[in-house]
Amino acid sequence: MNALLLTGGRVVDPANRLDARADLLILDGKIAAVGEAAAGRAPAEAERLDVSGKVVCPGLIDLHVHLREPGQTPKETLATGTAAAARGGFTSVVCMPNTTPTIDNAGTVALIHERAAQHSAVNVFVAGAITKGIAGEELASIGSLKRAGVVAITDDGHCVQNNELMRRALEYAKMFDLPVMDHCQDYSLVTTGVMHEGYWSTALGLQGWPAAGEEMIVARNILLAELTGAHVHCQHLSAAGSVALIREARKRGVRVSGEACPHHFTLTDAAVAGSEEFWKRDGKQLYPGQELLPAWPAYDTNLKMNPPLRSARDREAILEGLVDGTIEILCSDHAPHCDFEKEVEFDYAPFGITGLETELALSLMQLHHAKRLSLSDLVAKYTVAPARLLRLAKGTLSVGADADVTVFDPNREWVFTREATASKSFNSPFYGWPLKGKAVATIVGGRIAWVEQMEALAV
Amino acid sequence: MTWQRQHLLDIESLTAEEILAVLDTAKAFKAVGERAIKKVPALRGRTVVNLFVEPSTRTRISFELSEQRLSADIINFTAEASSLKKGETLKDTAKNLEALNADFIVIRHSAAGAPHFLARVLNAHVINAGDGAHEHPTQALLDTFTIRERKGRIEGLNVTILGDILYSRVARSDVWALTKLGARVTLCGPSTLVPKTFEQMGCRVTYDVEEAIRDADIINLLRIQHERQRKTMFPSINEYVSLFGLNKARLAKTKPDALIMHPGPVNRGVEIDSEIADSNRSLILEQVTNGIAVRMAVLFLVNGGKGPQEIAAG
Repeated sequence: MNALLLTGGRVVDPANRLDARADLLILDGKIAAVGEAAAGRAPAEAERLDVSGKVVCPGLIDLHVHLREPGQTPKETLATGTAAAARGGFTSVVCMPNTTPTIDNAGTVALIHERAAQHSAVNVFVAGAITKGIAGEELASIGSLKRAGVVAITDDGHCVQNNELMRRALEYAKMFDLPVMDHCQDYSLVTTGVMHEGYWSTALGLQGWPAAGEEMIVARNILLAELTGAHVHCQHLSAAGSVALIREARKRGVRVSGEACPHHFTLTDAAVAGSEEFWKRDGKQLYPGQELLPAWPAYDTNLKMNPPLRSARDREAILEGLVDGTIEILCSDHAPHCDFEKEVEFDYAPFGITGLETELALSLMQLHHAKRLSLSDLVAKYTVAPARLLRLAKGTLSVGADADVTVFDPNREWVFTREATASKSFNSPFYGWPLKGKAVATIVGGRIAWVEQMEALAV
Repeated sequence: MTWQRQHLLDIESLTAEEILAVLDTAKAFKAVGERAIKKVPALRGRTVVNLFVEPSTRTRISFELSEQRLSADIINFTAEASSLKKGETLKDTAKNLEALNADFIVIRHSAAGAPHFLARVLNAHVINAGDGAHEHPTQALLDTFTIRERKGRIEGLNVTILGDILYSRVARSDVWALTKLGARVTLCGPSTLVPKTFEQMGCRVTYDVEEAIRDADIINLLRIQHERQRKTMFPSINEYVSLFGLNKARLAKTKPDALIMHPGPVNRGVEIDSEIADSNRSLILEQVTNGIAVRMAVLFLVNGGKGPQEIAAG
C-alpha cells in the first residue's frame, strides 16, 4: 500500500470551502482523509512529511501551456515542460495544439498521451485544434478529437477570423459538451503589431497592437455564445475593455469566461522601454522601498508576447476582474523559445515567455500579498475553476479524489535563476526578480513528482 | 568633456549638453571641410563597417564620406549582398564583423531597436543610421546644427514638422533633439499619420496646416512614404497635396523669415511645391553639406575624441 501523510499544514481546499490546519492522508493515489482522522488512519509504514507552516491545496492546474511536442522539441519537450510544471507546483497542465504537426487529429492526441505516459512528471491533458492545421478555414475533426480525449479545443496562437466558422465550431462542440477556448485577436485591426499600441509603441517606433484588437473578438465571442448557447472561454485576457465586456455579459447570464496570466497583471508596456522606465513609472508599487531592482534593456524580446503587455490601466482592470470574479482562472501561457530565436531584432522575435516556474509566486505577490484576494480565492483560480471549465475530476481534496496535491510556502522569498530552471528554455523576463511564494512539494496521484529539499521535509 | 558615450543609439537618452557637444564639434569639422585638404587623421587605423540592412543612398554616402575624411578604413555591407538573406541572424553577422576587428558598426535597419540590440552583443561602437520608425539620430543632429547655424539659436524657436510622422524616425529624433534644446515643436499631417499620442513626447499636434505653419520659424517637411503606407492611411496623394502640401499660397501666410527643411529624398509637387524646394528659403542642400560635419563629429566623439578644441588644434 502506498501511503503518504502530510502533517501540520494549512489545508486550503476551495472546492470544499476548507481553510484550516489539518493533516492529509493519501492512500493508493487517492485522498483518504483530511483532518483529525488522517493521522489515526495512516498505516505504520506511511511516509510522513511535516508541512507545518506550509499551504496544502489541491494540485494546481495550468490550462494554458505550450509543451512543444511534437515537432518543436528544441524549445521544450513533454519531459522538460512537465518537470517545469512540477517545480512550479502544477500537477496538471493542458497543452496547446500549435505543435508540428498541429493537434488537429486523433493520431497526434494519441501520440501525446502515449509519450506523456512515459515521460511526463505531471498529468498532461490535451487541447485540440478548432480548425484543420489551425488555419482557420475548415473545422478540424472535433468529434474524433473528443473521442481521442481532448479536454477542449482552441486554435491558440491563432484566432478563428471567420465568424461563421467560429459559430459552427461552437455549435458543433456543444454537441460533445467540449469547451471552446479562443485566443482573441482581430487580424485586420492588429496587422503586424508587436507591442501594445500607446505611448511606448510610439516612442520606440514599434508597430502597435491595439487593445481593441482583443476586445473586438471578445465581443464577437460573447455574441456568438448568446447566439449558440455554447460556452466560450477567452484566453489570456490583457485589455481593460475585454474585462468590462465579459463582466457585463456574465451579469446577463451569457456563458463566457476568461483567464489571466501573471505577466499581464504584473508588467506593463513601459517595460519594453527598459527597466529604468518601468521602475520609474508603472513598476513603482511592486517593490516599495526596495533599491536594488532587476535590470533589463530596451527592446528586450523576453517582453514580447501575444497579447502584449498593456498599459497600467489595463493591468489594473485585469486585477479588478480577478478580484470581482469576472476572471475565474489563472494560467501561464508558458511559451518556451530557444535563446537563438529570441536573440534577434524585436520585430523578428517569436511571441511568448515561459511561466510555469514563476506564475504561482507572481500570482501570490500581486493577489495575495498585495491583499487583493484571499488565499482560498487565489487557489480556486488554479484548481476548482479550471477543473470545472474542463470537466476534470480534479482540483479538490475531497475524500476519494485523485491525490494531486500541491504544498507551497506563500512567504518564501527566492530568486528565479537560469541554473534552477527545469524548462528547456530561458525566455522569461523574471530572472533575477525577488519573488515571494514557492511550491515545495508537488504530488501527482499520490506520488511525489517533485519536492524541494527532501531531507528537510522528511520526518 | 561632456561626451562619454560608447555608442550613438538615439537622441532620447542624450542630454542637451551632449547634443550641444556634437553641434560644437561639428562646427569645427565644418571648417575643416571648407579647407583645400579636407581630411584629418582622427580615425586613422580604425575600421568602420557600414552595415546597411535596409537600403539607403544618401545616409550611407554621407557616412562613407565622413569616415573617409576622418581617414578610417571602411567596409560597406548591404543586405542584398549579405548572408542575412541566407538566414544568418543579425547577431551572427555582427559578431563576424567584429571578429574582423571592426571598431565601429554604423547600422541602418528596418527593425526598431536593432542598434540597441547590437550594442548589447558587441564590443564595437555602434552608430544608429536609422532604425525602423524609431530614431535617426544623426539626421536630427544635422537638422539641429543647420537650424542653429541659420537662426543662431534653438531655444524659443517654433519648429513645425509636417507630413508622415507615424512612420518617421526623423520626426521622433527631431522632436527629442529640438525639445531638449528648448524649441516648441508642432507636428502636423493627416490624423492617421499623426496620432495625438505624440504629444506625450513634449510637442503639440494639430491637423490645421495653416495654423501649424503660421508662426513657424522652421518648417520641416517629411517625405510621404507612399511605398510604406497601406492604402488605409489616406485616400490619395492628390488629397494629401491639397490638404497638407506646402504650396506658394500657404507659404505666403508664414513668417517672412521662416525657413524650409526636408531630410530628402524630396517628392516634388507632393509635400513641397517644386519652386519652394529650390528657393532661397530652402535649407535642403545645406542639410546635406552639414550632414558630413555632424557625422564626422559623432564618429570622432564616440571614438573618444575630446571636442572642438582638439580639431582646431589639429
